[in-house]
Amino acid sequence: MKEIDILAERTNLPRVLEFVDGELEALDCGIRIITQIDVAVEEIFVNISSYAYDPEIGPAQIRVEILEDPISVVISFIDNGKPYDPLAKPDPDLKIPVRNRKKGGLGIFMVKKTMDDVSYEYKDGQNILTITKTIDK
Amino acid sequence: MNVTMNRNGTELTVAIEGRLDTITSPELEKQLEPALEGVEKLVFEMKDLKYISSAGLRILLTAMQVMEEQGSMVLRNVCPEIMDVFEVTGFIDDLNIE
Repeated sequence: MKEIDILAERTNLPRVLEFVDGELEALDCGIRIITQIDVAVEEIFVNISSYAYDPEIGPAQIRVEILEDPISVVISFIDNGKPYDPLAKPDPDLKIPVRNRKKGGLGIFMVKKTMDDVSYEYKDGQNILTITKTIDK
Repeated sequence: MNVTMNRNGTELTVAIEGRLDTITSPELEKQLEPALEGVEKLVFEMKDLKYISSAGLRILLTAMQVMEEQGSMVLRNVCPEIMDVFEVTGFIDDLNIE
C-alpha cells in the first residue's frame, strides 16, 4: 500500500492524480479505466478540498492499494474534517434534462456509477471514503 | 488545457485540447463567456480533449443554456472516454453530438 499526505486544496489535484496514476501504471489497465479512476479521484479530492475544513484548509491522506484475484485498485481518502457522508446525497434524476436538474451531486454520482464499490465511514474523528475498481474480472 | 477560438460571422468554433478539469475549467469559462455574445452557432471541437470531470460538464451545461436562447450548440469528434462520462451522467441525451 502506498499513501500520500497532502493539503486538501484544489491546486494540489495534479499532484494527487500523479500519485494515483503512478500506482496504476504497473497494472496496464487501459485509458478507459484510468479516466474513470481519475474522474473519481478528482471529484472526491475536490469535494474534500471544498467542504471538509471550510472555511479553513486541512490535511488529507490518500492511500492506494492493489489487490490480486481479481486485480483491483482500492483508494481511500481520509480527512479529519467535519463528518460528512457524500454518498447520502440523493442521485440526480437522469430522466430530467440536465438543464432542469438541481445543481450539484454530479461528481459523486459519477463515482458511484463507474466504481465497483464505494463506501463511507466516520471513525475516530476521520471521514474515510473508499472506492474500489476491479481491473480484471 | 489549450483553447482556440475561431469566429466566423455568428458561428464560433471552440477547440479544446488536453484536460477539462477542476483546475482548467475556470480558464475556459473566463474565455467563453464574453465570446458567446452574438453567437448563433457554437461548435465545440473536441478531438484533442481527452478528459472531462464534473467541472467541465458544468461549463457545457451553461453554454447549452445560453445557446438555447441564442441558437444551437454542437460537439464534434468526442473521444470514447468522454462519451463514457456523457453516458453515465445522462448528458448524452441533451447534447447534440456529431
